[in-house]
Order: sequence, then structure tokens, then C-alpha cells
Amino acid sequence: MDMNEIKEIFFQECEEQLAELESGLLKLNDGDRDPETVNAVFRAVHSIKGGAGAFGLDDLVAFAHVFETTLDCVRSNKLEPTPDVLKVMLKSADVLADLTNAARDGGSVDESRSRALVKELEALANGQPLSQAAAAPEAPAAPAPAPVAAAAPAPTDSSGFQPIPFSFDDFPAVEEEAKDLPAYEVLFKPRSDLYAKGNDAALLLRDLSRVGEMTIFCNMDSLPTLDKLDPEAAYFHWVISIATDKGEDAIRTVFEFAEWDCDLQVKPIAEAIVSEDQPMVPVPFDLSILDEEPAPAEVKAEAPAPSPAAETVAAAETATAVMNAVNNAVAAKAEKKEAPAASAAAANAAAAAAANNAAGMAQTIRVDRLINLVGELVINQAMLSQSVIENDNNGASSINMGLEELQQLTREIQDSVMAIRAQPVKPVFQRMSRIVREIADMTGKSIRLITEGENTEVDKTVIDKLAEPLTHMIRNAVDHGVETPEKRIALGKNPEGTVRLTAKHRSGRILIELADDGAGINRERVRQKAIDKDLINPDANLSDEEIDNLIFLPGFSTAEKLSDISGRGVGMDVVKRSIQALGGRINISSKPGHGSVFTMSLPLTLAVLDGMVVTVAGQTLVVPLTAIVETLQPEPAAIHSFGANQRLISIRNSFCPLVDVGRILNFRSTQANPVDGVALLVESEGGGQRALMVDAIQGQRQVVIKSLEANYTHVPGIAAATILGDGRVALILDVDAVVAASRGQSLKPEMAYASAG
Amino acid sequence: MSYTAKNLHQGSRELIAFRIGDQEFCVNIMSVREIRGWTPATALPHSPSYMMGVINLRGAVLPILDLSARLGMKPADPTARHVIIVAQVKTKVVGLLVDAVSDILTVTDENIQPTPEVSSELERQFARGILAIEKRMICLIELEALFADTESEAA
Repeated sequence: MDMNEIKEIFFQECEEQLAELESGLLKLNDGDRDPETVNAVFRAVHSIKGGAGAFGLDDLVAFAHVFETTLDCVRSNKLEPTPDVLKVMLKSADVLADLTNAARDGGSVDESRSRALVKELEALANGQPLSQAAAAPEAPAAPAPAPVAAAAPAPTDSSGFQPIPFSFDDFPAVEEEAKDLPAYEVLFKPRSDLYAKGNDAALLLRDLSRVGEMTIFCNMDSLPTLDKLDPEAAYFHWVISIATDKGEDAIRTVFEFAEWDCDLQVKPIAEAIVSEDQPMVPVPFDLSILDEEPAPAEVKAEAPAPSPAAETVAAAETATAVMNAVNNAVAAKAEKKEAPAASAAAANAAAAAAANNAAGMAQTIRVDRLINLVGELVINQAMLSQSVIENDNNGASSINMGLEELQQLTREIQDSVMAIRAQPVKPVFQRMSRIVREIADMTGKSIRLITEGENTEVDKTVIDKLAEPLTHMIRNAVDHGVETPEKRIALGKNPEGTVRLTAKHRSGRILIELADDGAGINRERVRQKAIDKDLINPDANLSDEEIDNLIFLPGFSTAEKLSDISGRGVGMDVVKRSIQALGGRINISSKPGHGSVFTMSLPLTLAVLDGMVVTVAGQTLVVPLTAIVETLQPEPAAIHSFGANQRLISIRNSFCPLVDVGRILNFRSTQANPVDGVALLVESEGGGQRALMVDAIQGQRQVVIKSLEANYTHVPGIAAATILGDGRVALILDVDAVVAASRGQSLKPEMAYASAG
Repeated sequence: MSYTAKNLHQGSRELIAFRIGDQEFCVNIMSVREIRGWTPATALPHSPSYMMGVINLRGAVLPILDLSARLGMKPADPTARHVIIVAQVKTKVVGLLVDAVSDILTVTDENIQPTPEVSSELERQFARGILAIEKRMICLIELEALFADTESEAA
């Protein structure tokens, strides 16, 4: 188990801590004053700081430290968590997440942003009003030795902030501050083993010199006379006094790999400073301070020294092994939730969590493979049924009975396997709250995000692909939807806008709703814009619903110019396309002055679908069963010509346009005679009912969805592909696209392959 | 592994040669995944004329390209004797319909002559050089050039 793997576990833990941090802060923002919430928030930051210290991630430690200090003021009731304070804290949480990512993947963070936040946090910790800190960016980190000194781990002494690389290097007070740094005396006495193992005292001392300013004294008393000298023995030892604010641990870290082979003593020099300083020494994961109950095991398990760390990992491995044996990810997840994070068993929980994550990844790959295999099983079972039916005229034979049972079993296996991969949408929703915050900040709006149904479960693949379109829609809602506070006040609304994100299950699909209480869609402007852009005919008579749906047209964007917020010039058409790529539908309803509601309906899984297998112009197509309302055999009397090319079918005294699927997909050049075929009455988003004409219905089947995009591109009018019982590929019809095409929007072939020619 | 390394060192490479009509072409063997017989493809609506459709390749949907039509020659009329070269082009796997696979060539860069200046836009776009082997002329084509940058529109 090498360092990188341990580091990986640390970053996984960080992610959990960050999520905890954010949800805690949001709870506080909602007025939760439970001390346990504050503690949880504090603990999250503290754990990140501790771990980061162990890995020498200085930027992260520095920022986490400042953050922690401020949080402690909240914890000890010295700082009232007002909305303004929480705003700073939430932003700090974002920066902390950025720093963690930067530490993991390289890359840089916006330094000016974190610098500004550090100042704000410091100001808060020092009890200064926010505005003052913002107005005086050059202000020194107030050297007032804090009224909080008595409270355990909260030294607001400015020296505590020294390690921040972007701190006040040019500031004249630096020297003065340096004097205040806690000093340590380090006695370092290497044994011969140290040299035998390839360590070099000079290098260790050089590393130590980087921790802080040091003076060094080499003790040569034990040096024998030359004739008694063993050239490979160790005779020197050093006494180093070092002034550093990084704490004893930083010093010990230097000797991390040598500590078994030397005598090492680190002790603080000035008692006075120490008493104030000790609590802020970043002892990694020392939760015992927080919980005021002894928990020696924790420190041991999480300490930076290699051997205890290895123990943690070993524990993690054991946990993995156990989990594999049980082979039940769901149970493990539950176990993780139950693990009492704050108890003395925290270390165990952390280890289990780490194992869970590492194993989780392996599990995902295994589950994916399992799902693929079950998919193949379904196809194979269909093939088998087909050939039995072809070869067996006697329908009641035992083979048929067995096959039916097999079919039921396959379906059950499939459902159970899918359930393993189902995950709550919570992580995606959580990410959205950050986006809302950042954009609200950028646009000077005050917005509150309310999420509901976070625990609604959906297939992991859907979740993964949901984030991007959702991000885009959230951006739109905040940027274009909600008005500025002044405008809202003028309109008599609550100056704080509300964006509500809801997830729920409905009839085998997941419904995600994004509602804002903003201005709603300006239909006049949308219509004008569509006319200007040649998207609709100037004298087209459109219903309100149809106008609202215009924003999904390619080439339509109401933003006058591209801003940072509205993204890289992608419009709602991209959102619609990515939702459709997921086999979903998106719809908008808007009330002027009251806001807009975007409704996305997505399949619970991207793996299977119940479809009706039909024949169109000699081709086999699959129509998703969810779209079909009913099927009917048109009678000649029910078909009415309407204009030159249009035909309507009368169904129970209402008229419904007939859409020839073969014609729209260009499978045939002339319209087929409707009486020869079957009409599928479909319901589509925003388009009412349509009767799709197909030549014949072959049957109903569960099909395994195969991506067309993986090796080709998106095909207009086609949602995906599947493999039928005979081993041939069949295309799955994109009902919405076909209906839209029948309304006159052309199915534009994307000539990606052709453009080279 | 060592064999490949040696080859690279000597600047030589292996190409797979195939026949379309009376012409011979070749592509880099490293991009070829497998070669298989023709099976009827499912047509795709609104696709360029050289797209034969898609077939089932062990559970994956594989688009089939009529290379003859793609190169501006007459569209193929596939029979059981036609073969599909399954090739990896960037992240995608595609099938190329050709008449027959004829040879595996090991050539060095010196063997490859520059494409002659011809008026045909098509040839210049795909051809990366020509080879003279045993009095035959084999045109080296670049697979990437056959496919436009499909990623660009995703942004």
C-alpha cells in the first residue's frame, strides 16, 4: 500500500467531508442552531485540515485553518451565524472544495478569491463587521490577540495565519510576527541504522529548515578519536531550535521516515506561547478534542506516520474483503449511514467509509458488467423464444411454458440488478446549490435553493448525465428567470428569489422539476426573437405553450450577449438534446410574473425499455411503450384529407393528425395508405396527440438499449438502437422528434460524417 | 512488444491492404480491430448515402461505411463475399465495407511516395501517399480524414 493509495483514500474522505460541510452550512442557513450541526461543520473542516497536513498540502491546510478558526467562533457562540456570515462560509466551502480538487488533480485555484475570503474570514473571527474587511483589503490581519484566547482551539492571533503563501509577505509587520511564532527545540540523534537505510541527516535537516526559521547546533561530543572511529557509525547529534507556526506535527513529518532510526525529541520552548498554541496544532483527525471524550484509537488510526496509516488501510482492506464476501453494496451503504460519525468509533467509521468508496468503484465496474451480461441474457432469451415459436406449432408445449418462466426470471434478475445501481440524486442536487450561490453572487441576486426528494433513486448512469443539463438550467433560472432584488421589491415580491428543485418517481420514470418564482417567459420577446431569427413564420398562430417551447429551438437564445453565466453560448436546445439523449422529455410551463417550471421526465434506467416492435417500410423499429396511448386500425371513413398533404384521423369525434413514420424517416418517398397500416396514438411533450402510421405491429418486448452515439452520431428521429431476437439491430423511435418533425420542424440530418466530403 | 518497438525504431510499419473494385488501398494495421464477413445492416434514416447502416457486433452497435461510396466511387452492392474491416477511429469503432482484404505489408517510410498532384479533391483529402509493391499501386488512406471531427459540435 503506497502513499498514493493512502492519499486517494484521503481525497475520497475529503469529498464526504465537503458534502457534510456544505449540507451543514445550508442547514445553518435555514436557521438550524443545533450545536451538533455546527460541530459537524467544524469537524469536517478540521478533518480535511488534519489530513491535508499529513500530506503536506500547505495551501489546503492554510485555508482550512483560517476557516476552522472562524467556525470555532461560531461554535463557541462568539460569532452569530447570520446570513451574511454564512454566505462567506459557503463561499469558503466552495474554495475549500476547489483547493482539494487542485491538490488532487493539479491545476490552480482562483487565488484572489481565496485571498479575499481569507481576509473576510479573519475579519469575522476577529469580530469585525464584514464591510470593514472588504473595504480595507490592505488591513493587516488584526493583531489583536483575540478575546477568544481562553476558549480552547481558537487562537485568532494573526501569527496563526502566517503559513498562507499569499499572506502578508510584504507587510512590515512580518518580522514582528515572526517573533511571535512558537518555537520548538528539536533533539535529533540519528542511529547508524539511519544511514544504513539510505537516509541522510543533512537532507532531513534541510527539509526541516523549510518548516521554519531555525538555528542549529551540532553536538560532536560522542565523536571518538580517529583510531576508534567506525566509519559507518553515527556519532553526531543535533540540537535545533526552530520557530514555526506549523506546529509540532510539521516538524515530526520531516522525520517521518526516519523516526525509528533516530532519537527524536520535539518540545516547545516557550511555555507561555504553547499554552495558547497547542490547541491549534493541526493534530490530524483528533476528534477527541471536539467530543470531549477520550478516543485514543482515532489518533492512532489516522496519524500521518506510515505504520498507523497502513493500519487504517489494512482495516479498509479487511472491510473491502468483508464487503466482497457479503457482496452487497446496498447493505454496505446502509452500514455507512448508520456509522456514528461523532462517536469514539469515528476512526472505524472513517476506515469503513474509505473502504466503501474504494470498493464502491470496483463495485460499479462489476455491476456495470453484470448489467451488460443481463442485457445479453435478455436478448438471448428473446432469440430463444423466437426460434422455439418458429419451430413449434404446438403452442402449449412444455418448452413454451419453461420459456415463459425463464422470461419472468430474466426480468426479475434485471430489475434486481438495476436496483443495485440505483442511487439517490442527492449528490447532483448538492452540486446545484453551489452553482446557485455562485451565480446569484455574480449577478447580485439573492436566491434560495430549495431541494426536495433528494433521496429519489435513479440509475447511476442517468445521474451522471443529469448534472450537465441541470447545471445549465439552474444557471438559466438564476440568470434569466429570477429578477434582481430591486425589481422584485418594486413588484411586491420577496426580494429573495426562490428556485425549487424537486425529484420524484412517477409511473416508472423520474420526474425532475425546476421551478423559479421569477418573471416567467416574456412571450412577446420570445416570439419576436423567433421571428427575427427566422425560426417561425411571422404570421404563425402559436399557443402560449408553443411559444414557451420555442426556447428549445436550436439557434435560439434570449440572452442579448453571452455572459460568463449563460455559459459558452449553448442554448436550451443543447439541454433538450442531452435530455433526449437520455430518453427523456423536457417541458416548460410559465406564468408571466410568477415564474417558470421546467419539467424533465427521465427513464429510471438507460439500460432497458419496454417497447412495441413495429414494421415501417420493411424496417423494424421499436416505439417506446411509455409514449403510446393506444393503437388502432384506421377505417377508411375515419381518414380525412386536410389540405394538400395533411391527413387527419377522427378518433371519438376529435381529429388527430396522421404522421407517416416511414415518410418522416425517409424510408419511403410517398405516403403510405393509412388503411393498410396501424395507427399508434402517441402523446408527446408539448405537442398534444398524434397518430403515428406504421405498417404493422410485430409485438411487445423488453429491449436492451444500445447507444448509437458511441460509434456514430445522433440520428434525427431515432433515440437509440437495440438488438432484437434475430440478432439484427433495430432502431428505437424518438417519438417527440418525429412529432416535432410532423409539425414542420425539419429533422435536420447532422451531416457529421459527410462534412469531410 | 519488443517486435513493435524494433519496428518503430527502424521507422517501418505494417499496413493492411484491401481491394475496392480494381483499386488497392491500405490503412495502418494498428487501427484495425478485426475483419469479418458482411451481414445485412439496418438502415439509418437521414444518413449520408455511403452509410450502409448499423450491425450488431457482439452486442455493440457498429456503423458500416461503404468505403467505395465514401471515396467517391460507385456504391457497393454487398454480397456474402464482401468483408467488413472493423477499425478504431479516435474513440469510435466503425466498420468499413470493402471487396476483399488482399495483403499485409511491412513498409518503411521510404517506400511511401507522396500523393501525386491530382485534381480530385477527394483523393487528396484521404490519400497519405502511394506505395509501389510488386508492380501494384496501393494507396495509403488516412482513416481519421474519412470522419469529420464529430466532437466539435458537442461543445
